[in-house]
Amino acid sequence: MLELEGLSCRFGETVAVAEVSLRVPEGQMLGIIGRSGAGKTTLLRMINRLQEPSAGAIRFHGQEITRLRGKALRRWRAQCAMIFQHFNLIPRLDVLTNVLMGRLFYRSEMASLLGLFAASERALALELLERHGLLETALKRAGTLSGGQQQRVAICRALMQEPRLILADEPVASLDPRNAQLVMDALRRISREDGISVLVNLHDLRIARSYCDRIVALSAGRVVFDGAPDALTESRAREIYGAPDEESPAFETSHPFAVV
Amino acid sequence: MASPEEIETAWRARRRARLFWFAFGTVAFFAAFAISAQVAELSPAALIAGAPRMGAYFGQLIPDLRWPVLFAGAETPGSLAYWFYRLDIWLRLLLETSQMAALATLLGAGLALPLSFFASANLVSPRLAFTTRRLFDCLRSIPDIVYALVLVWAFGVGPLAGILAIMLHTLGALGKLLADVVENADLRAREALIAAGGSWLQATRFAVLPQVLPNFLSYALLRFEINVRGATVIGVVGAGGIGQELYAVISFNYYQEISAIVVLIILTVSVIDLASEWLRSRAMSLQ
Ligand SMILES: Nc1ncnc2c1ncn2[C@@H]1O[C@H](COP(=O)(O)OP(=O)(O)OP(=O)(O)O)[C@@H](O)[C@H]1O
Ligand SMILES: [Mg+2]
Repeated sequence: MLELEGLSCRFGETVAVAEVSLRVPEGQMLGIIGRSGAGKTTLLRMINRLQEPSAGAIRFHGQEITRLRGKALRRWRAQCAMIFQHFNLIPRLDVLTNVLMGRLFYRSEMASLLGLFAASERALALELLERHGLLETALKRAGTLSGGQQQRVAICRALMQEPRLILADEPVASLDPRNAQLVMDALRRISREDGISVLVNLHDLRIARSYCDRIVALSAGRVVFDGAPDALTESRAREIYGAPDEESPAFETSHPFAVV
Repeated sequence: MASPEEIETAWRARRRARLFWFAFGTVAFFAAFAISAQVAELSPAALIAGAPRMGAYFGQLIPDLRWPVLFAGAETPGSLAYWFYRLDIWLRLLLETSQMAALATLLGAGLALPLSFFASANLVSPRLAFTTRRLFDCLRSIPDIVYALVLVWAFGVGPLAGILAIMLHTLGALGKLLADVVENADLRAREALIAAGGSWLQATRFAVLPQVLPNFLSYALLRFEINVRGATVIGVVGAGGIGQELYAVISFNYYQEISAIVVLIILTVSVIDLASEWLRSRAMSLQ
């Protein structure tokens, strides 16, 4: 159970996230939506502590996260894996090494700096790659893969961390529909089968509606909607995205990938 | 919210400021040039007066070579072998000079690489980056020949002083260049490793080092080329190698030996430059 309580983040005058309180139960797939600048990225980064909150508390199974330092902070980061819009792989290193990067916290500093990983870790990495249909790419440079493949490698890296929580910031925003579907399917499988909560920022309402158990909408850093996808009617979506201009995404109730 | 008119006004003000600074810079450049020419007594008259003397000196450097005996033994005046009669010794000294440069470059670059990460404001606190950069500035602003003079006094005449002198200057020069490369690195992958629980060292090692390594190799090789020339000059103050020999023949006015040694230096430096250029293009293609 992840609990956010009055979580806020301020950048000078700008209030990016304002007093967000949420409880995310185990295994839930939570979609976070909202227009550009609503504070979605900042919220996820605060949970991983890449961004320091200005106020509020983060608790995971009762443990206070906001005050962690040093080794304890690194342990927390290993437990809540992050997935980025631009994949953030190391382009010049091979796919297998990129996946093994998920083990950095668990290896001794010295061994990891020399690039030494246990045979069992390599076996696990290869198993994950195989499960995501990427085994043949294991020895290729990550930078040479397609965007969809890179994002799935990033998911494998995240799973190597043995995470208890996954934070995905617009994971499919730079992918074509077919690859977006593969990535979203993988994330949903992780939440369903492994019981890991997944917090995913999405700007495509249709994807959010068809994949998530629950949707939270942010506007100017505040939670303006929190409920089941079905409760997010067209008129509620209009309110969230403001006037029905080019900012508001297509609203359809059908499956987003039905046509492809 | 700013209105378009306000932005237009601000933009015009910015353009005016840019124009002003451009004009100011141009005037300052020519003023600085005039002042420094005056201080350095650089005048067209002095150049014209000195030119014939230069010509006379270079005239004496031209070796006395004669076609019929060009390939005769070292005993025959007019042969190539006569001109290069101390070739074996000079080659050994040239090797010593190149080795001084190679060792100094290795040591300097080996220290500059790790230190450059501490001079990059995107990886460490601005204060530490500032301090490390000023350290590089200090090391770099002192010419290696000045280090050599001091070190010859401390360690005695010989290559050790030369190696340390070049190493210190190399550390300063490469450290600054590398820190700039590191500051321009793409840090997205590094952030991902931090987000996965990696330490500062781990994230830097895996996500930054592979990016800067080709550039690093390229700069280190370029520095090696520069250091070969530097090691020659440094020999003049008694820090070993071909420079020490060159200084001796210049002070005794052994004109033919001066030209023979200069020809050898030019050949050596060219060969090293060609080889290192080839290596550098290989290193950059790794990117
Ligand atoms: N490092 C920062 N420094 C200053 N302001 C920031 C910083 N990061 C975010 N902001 C501001 O905080 C607000 C929220 O930004 P955030 O990136 O969280 O929005 P977002 O919902 O992820 O938007 P998008 O959909 O465009 O990614 C914005 O107004 C942004 O300008
Ligand atoms: Mg964002």
